[in-house]
Amino acid sequence: MGRIQLKQVKKAFGDVVVIPPLDLEIEDGEFVVFVGPSGCGKSTLLRLIAGLEDTTAGTIEIDGQDATGLPPAKRRLAMVFQSYALYPHMTVRKNIAFPMRMAKMSLQEQNSRIEAAAKALNLTDYLDRRPGQLSGGQRQRVAIGRAIVREPAAFLFDEPLSNLDAALRVGMRMEISELHKKLDTTMIYVTHDQVEAMTMADKIVVLQAGVIEQVGSPLELYRTPRNKFVAGFIGSPKMNLIEGPEAAKHNAATIGIRPEHLTVSPESGDWKGIVGVSEHLGSDTFFHVAVDGFAETVTVRAGGDVDLHYGDAIYLTPDHELIHRFDEKGLRIP
Amino acid sequence: MARAITPRRKILTSGLAWAIGILLFFPIYWTILTSFKTEAQAINDPPLFFFFDWTLENYAVVQDRSDYMRFLWNSVIIAGGSTLLGILVAVPAAWSMAFVPSKRTKDILLWMLSTKMLPAVGVLYPISLIFVEFNLLDTRIGLVVVLMLINLPIIVWMLYTYFKEIPGEILEAARMDGAGLREEILYVLTPMAIPGIASTILLNFILAWNEAFWTLNLTAAGAAPLTAFIASYSSPEGLFFAKLSAASTMAIAPILILGWFSQKQLVRGLTFGAVK
Amino acid sequence: MATKASRSAARIMMAPAVILLLGWMLVPLTLTLFFSFKKYLPMRGDSLEGGLDWVGFENYGRFISSSSFWPSVQTTLIMVGGVLLITVVLGVLLALLLDQPIWGQGVVRILVIAPFFVMPTVSALVWKNMLMDPVNGILAHLWRFFGAEPVSWLSDASMQSIILIVSWQWLPFATLILLTAVQSLDSEQLEAAEMDGAPPLKRFWHIVLPHLSRAITIVILIQTIFLLSIFAEIFVTTGGAFGTRTLTYLIFQRVVDSQNIGLGSAGGVYAIILANIVAIFLMRIVGKNLDA
Repeated sequence: MGRIQLKQVKKAFGDVVVIPPLDLEIEDGEFVVFVGPSGCGKSTLLRLIAGLEDTTAGTIEIDGQDATGLPPAKRRLAMVFQSYALYPHMTVRKNIAFPMRMAKMSLQEQNSRIEAAAKALNLTDYLDRRPGQLSGGQRQRVAIGRAIVREPAAFLFDEPLSNLDAALRVGMRMEISELHKKLDTTMIYVTHDQVEAMTMADKIVVLQAGVIEQVGSPLELYRTPRNKFVAGFIGSPKMNLIEGPEAAKHNAATIGIRPEHLTVSPESGDWKGIVGVSEHLGSDTFFHVAVDGFAETVTVRAGGDVDLHYGDAIYLTPDHELIHRFDEKGLRIP
Repeated sequence: MARAITPRRKILTSGLAWAIGILLFFPIYWTILTSFKTEAQAINDPPLFFFFDWTLENYAVVQDRSDYMRFLWNSVIIAGGSTLLGILVAVPAAWSMAFVPSKRTKDILLWMLSTKMLPAVGVLYPISLIFVEFNLLDTRIGLVVVLMLINLPIIVWMLYTYFKEIPGEILEAARMDGAGLREEILYVLTPMAIPGIASTILLNFILAWNEAFWTLNLTAAGAAPLTAFIASYSSPEGLFFAKLSAASTMAIAPILILGWFSQKQLVRGLTFGAVK
Repeated sequence: MATKASRSAARIMMAPAVILLLGWMLVPLTLTLFFSFKKYLPMRGDSLEGGLDWVGFENYGRFISSSSFWPSVQTTLIMVGGVLLITVVLGVLLALLLDQPIWGQGVVRILVIAPFFVMPTVSALVWKNMLMDPVNGILAHLWRFFGAEPVSWLSDASMQSIILIVSWQWLPFATLILLTAVQSLDSEQLEAAEMDGAPPLKRFWHIVLPHLSRAITIVILIQTIFLLSIFAEIFVTTGGAFGTRTLTYLIFQRVVDSQNIGLGSAGGVYAIILANIVAIFLMRIVGKNLDA
């Protein structure tokens, strides 16, 4: 079981309020991702749940029990750190055994769990090495192994992939998702990378300056961002946000249109512009277009075979059904 | 530095460096050498640099005359005891300052340093008074406590700089893994800090071994360590160069060997981490 | 960065060290201050039980106006200054030399460092007898070899002799720290200067020396603290005679030899103030390093 509820949880360091009172519910077995720009308080929130930091006010309940005052050791949570935080003086086997040793589990039980975890994580051949002799990806797996043997109520991940190179990151992303499917245990995952959030999460929590901007499934956030911040943060490349007369036509302060919801045509369309930088990805091409009368360039996604060059004149047409409208405060107009 | 050095230059610098090294080491070499001579050979003119009849007689005489072993034992107890006691007090303190820093941590560290700078002579009488009051004069336990106190700031500082290099996340991981404070320090911090703790022990053992103000002023016959044993040779009595040399060699040999192991830590320890 | 629980644990774990050092500092300091305002001559029947006469600042005045005070200050300054000058200048040169590629670097390093590990009483006695003895010392042999009259080092050139002994003990310390600092110098900087056509002496003056300035300051400050309280070297060589009575030794004599506790304590307070002036500078540097 791993149902976590935050009620009016607040965190301040001295006079600086990092997280104003917030409520959040995490269901048992959910994969929840906290995402936001650096310094948004997502890691602090995770550390509050872990018990590595005190809450200034509010309560944290785990499976209906008040855990606010409990030390980290008593919360039945496991954490995977950004730096992996393996014990450098212990072998992989001892690293994985450590939480069980602390729980005074029988040696027999310890060994069978270590074997199982090592097998699941492809670490069997490395059990007698020390962390210093392992690659980044292997260390990451040891950290995960150390977390799963305890069979915790929930897993906490603090930007676990940010020290890995790009190729490895995609692989580990899949492994963690698979682990979640297999274990069906609550996971809370902190990242600044919205791609990780979109691909892994059941539920995304978007944070900015300690405030929850929106909570929802990846597609909900993609389709109906509650405000300009979420609209701009979720989706890659970023949604085009357009202000001024064009927005006024739609009775909004700002309108938003995703690059994939614009059609390109050399002859006719709603907006006329000049092609600037283009990024060819093979399958897709992204054009940055300077549209007449817009303050900022508009990013457009086109097919991989569209042949346009720097300085060409083109026309763009947005899919009117998929235009997002925001008011002066940046909130979505339904 | 991968730079081309002309062989001529290397010969020159090497020669100069060796000459200076030998010159600086000469008093020690001469002492050790003389300790194996007879008293007559010790003052031979011209001086005998190598070829003479080596003898161990002086060592036997020194042991007989002043019971070297007893002084040695006092030195070991006093230096070892004060260092270990200091480590016991300092490890928790350094853990606190390195991993749970507060606004006052820096002030506390600097204040501890400032106690090290208190001139001993300024408090000599009060300390003797306290020693008399508590019957500590000429006891090993009294010196253990005093030397522990004068070296405590260095021990705390050294441990602090070593602990600072251990990432806090690893200790947090231990906490998440169910370790209490005791387990965290015992199973995770201490094993990781073993090299640092060992260097700290080594350097402070050396400092305590060589301490020569309190050991001279607070002991008489009973608890006197080697510093005082040597000082008893300060008034000459007939031919005594060889015996003095033997006594000196015995007093410095253990620490010379330990000292060679600790050269690197010496810098960090004696500059309070300001030079690494 | 921590929880209330760990903060209170931290406070408890810090307590023994803090309380011990606080006691070590405050109790003797208070007593010294107390005695410095009292007439306290145990040899003439004064005793704590019998009560001591309050004499105000008389001890302070007498300590300063005594005929031995200013000479002792002068002696202290010359001794500390002389040792500092020798160890820093030779230390820099030696550090630069040891930084060069040489055969058997490790062994040379050990030879150079060794004197630091010799206990003060031993080095003083060895120098006094084995090297500086006017009849049988090595230096006397050397002088005779060159046809010169051997010198009675510790009585005729007592100050220079003690400076020499103490410098020998502290040169390794200065060299070791400066060597560490030299080794941290970015060699690309030197190579860039060489490319720019700077001759060796200019490179030393404009790049190496500024780079070493912090380490030099630290060496000076730490040595000053230790040198101000030099004791054993004087104790076993001249016993404070022949113009080698430093402030520390003067206070020691007042307290131990002439048993004038009040006067000695007033001197102790002066010594504490003097040490603190140096300490403040050292703490500034160390403190800055803490922030970095």
